[in-house]
Amino acid sequence: MSLTRKDVDEIMALLENSRFDRLYLEMDGVKLELARGGAGAAQRPPSAHPDPPAAPPQPAAPAPASPGASAVPREGLVEVKSPLLGVFYRAPKPGEPAFVEVGDRVQADSVIGIIEVMKLMNTARAGVAGEVVEIIGANGEMVEHGEVLMLVRPD
Amino acid sequence: MPALRRILIANRGEIAVRIIRTCQKLGIESVLCVSEADRGSLGARMATRAVCIGPSAPARSYLSVETVMQAALGYGCDAIHPGYGFLSERADLARMAEEEGVTFIGPTARQIEAVGDKLRARQEAIAAEVPVVPGGPVESVEDARRLGQEIGAPLLVKAVGGGGGRGMKLVEDLADLAATMDMASAEAGAAFGDARVYLERYVERGRHIEVQVLGDGAGNVVHLGERDCSVQRRYQKLVEETPAPGLPPATRERMLEAAVRFAARLDYGGAGTVELLYDTTRDAFYFLEMNARIQVEHPVTEEVTGVDLVAEQIAIAAGEGLRFTQGHIALKGAAIECRINAEDPSNDFMPSPGAVTDVSWPRGEGIRVDTHVVPGAAIPPFYDSMIAKVIAHGTDRADALRKLRAALADTAIEGIKTNLAFQRDILAQEEFARGGVDTGFLARMLHKEPA
Repeated sequence: MSLTRKDVDEIMALLENSRFDRLYLEMDGVKLELARGGAGAAQRPPSAHPDPPAAPPQPAAPAPASPGASAVPREGLVEVKSPLLGVFYRAPKPGEPAFVEVGDRVQADSVIGIIEVMKLMNTARAGVAGEVVEIIGANGEMVEHGEVLMLVRPD
Repeated sequence: MPALRRILIANRGEIAVRIIRTCQKLGIESVLCVSEADRGSLGARMATRAVCIGPSAPARSYLSVETVMQAALGYGCDAIHPGYGFLSERADLARMAEEEGVTFIGPTARQIEAVGDKLRARQEAIAAEVPVVPGGPVESVEDARRLGQEIGAPLLVKAVGGGGGRGMKLVEDLADLAATMDMASAEAGAAFGDARVYLERYVERGRHIEVQVLGDGAGNVVHLGERDCSVQRRYQKLVEETPAPGLPPATRERMLEAAVRFAARLDYGGAGTVELLYDTTRDAFYFLEMNARIQVEHPVTEEVTGVDLVAEQIAIAAGEGLRFTQGHIALKGAAIECRINAEDPSNDFMPSPGAVTDVSWPRGEGIRVDTHVVPGAAIPPFYDSMIAKVIAHGTDRADALRKLRAALADTAIEGIKTNLAFQRDILAQEEFARGGVDTGFLARMLHKEPA
């Protein structure tokens, strides 16, 4: 028995709604390591208050990666950041193909996603010409202003 | 309604820190909205989580109703605390929150609208039998004579099209009224294209006295005493205190009752402040406006009552109503607050943003400092210049003043210019020490000894 994409999605949702920042799972020879906000981002700035809130509410908000730090910046790559706080969508409509996939080429004015703010759809553009190397923003999830959505290797 | 579990704080600076502290005390999670300029702020480090809602310019961050609402929904917050300023008295945010099923920690959109419009608020005051500044429009000299008799001298002839001090004439003797009115009307026609004028009682020596109220939203209202905020420079409050020194007890009682009546008539829900102008010459008071939010100067009230006003705001928003009656509120001693601003008194109070290289806040019994400024803190140029409030609570006014003087002497802020020395100067004035100064006090002091 191996993990399907759906299983992984469900495990990710469990992590999102939990109090934990990392999850390490090994079953049937499959190793799965998940961290909130992307690899290497589980570090949060130290909290100034001595006691954690008594009752952690459910469902928990996705715990943060500090914006802009969600991906380990890689040599020569450009971070495409969200121009707004809102819900990030990778495709124009549910079920339609994503605006861009890893490996696609983008121009500075290429639409790479939609940021929804109170039912108003705002386009997010690449801002740089090059090749999409990694997509970091998750479809349908909240992104902050300035949060990294994807990495592009510029021309 | 279940207790609130996670609150979105749509504000910054010291009030964000203040609200987070109460959230921590109550075991409520806090999600703080920050602009790019405030990512490294103390509030951002203290909150359960900070989310960047936009660029430094407030229009696209702290003033964006949709963004704040989206943040509340997207991060699973069951309530929004707007603090003061920014979106705190925006009926559209309160209404949107109501529609989205998120609790707005403050009055209803309708209540915000009722007090937000000056003319409407004046009508509400009249309906609640709260005195307003006597006056009204006049169309003829005959009209003016009649109304002038009613109002009494001195009075002001004001142009309907004027404002901000323009188009105003003082009448000290009613015998001059007809001539002054003709002149004012002609001048108003020339200057504003509108010759209409109205008369208003002139308050020569006024004091700004306000009453803190809490309402449950169902007609029950309590007051938590008054605050005297007469030390002002160009309508900006600098020193606030409670109780108001030297107010005749019967007048004070009538002011407190008037404020409660005004709020009760609106079925006011949450914390609010009824601002009154006290006419020292006539021993009378008039309604100015109501502020439908927590106020900057709320700590002096908290010090003498022992009530955490933010906690009460949260309780009322959560549907718990008022957790005490008027009889439970006892005022102990006196408290005075100084606002510390990042501004340069020697250069016409120009804002002085920058990095605070070092800061040392006072400590001690009866001393409280509400601030977000720690060593290394950035004071961005985009926002209000108020960076801290130093509050002293004493057994009486003299004790509080002594403590506050000592506290300011113990305060040091490096790297930016502040009004700290100016505030020490105010506290050193003999007139201030006597108590009960009017709103002209600071202008007279500045005239006497230019900063």
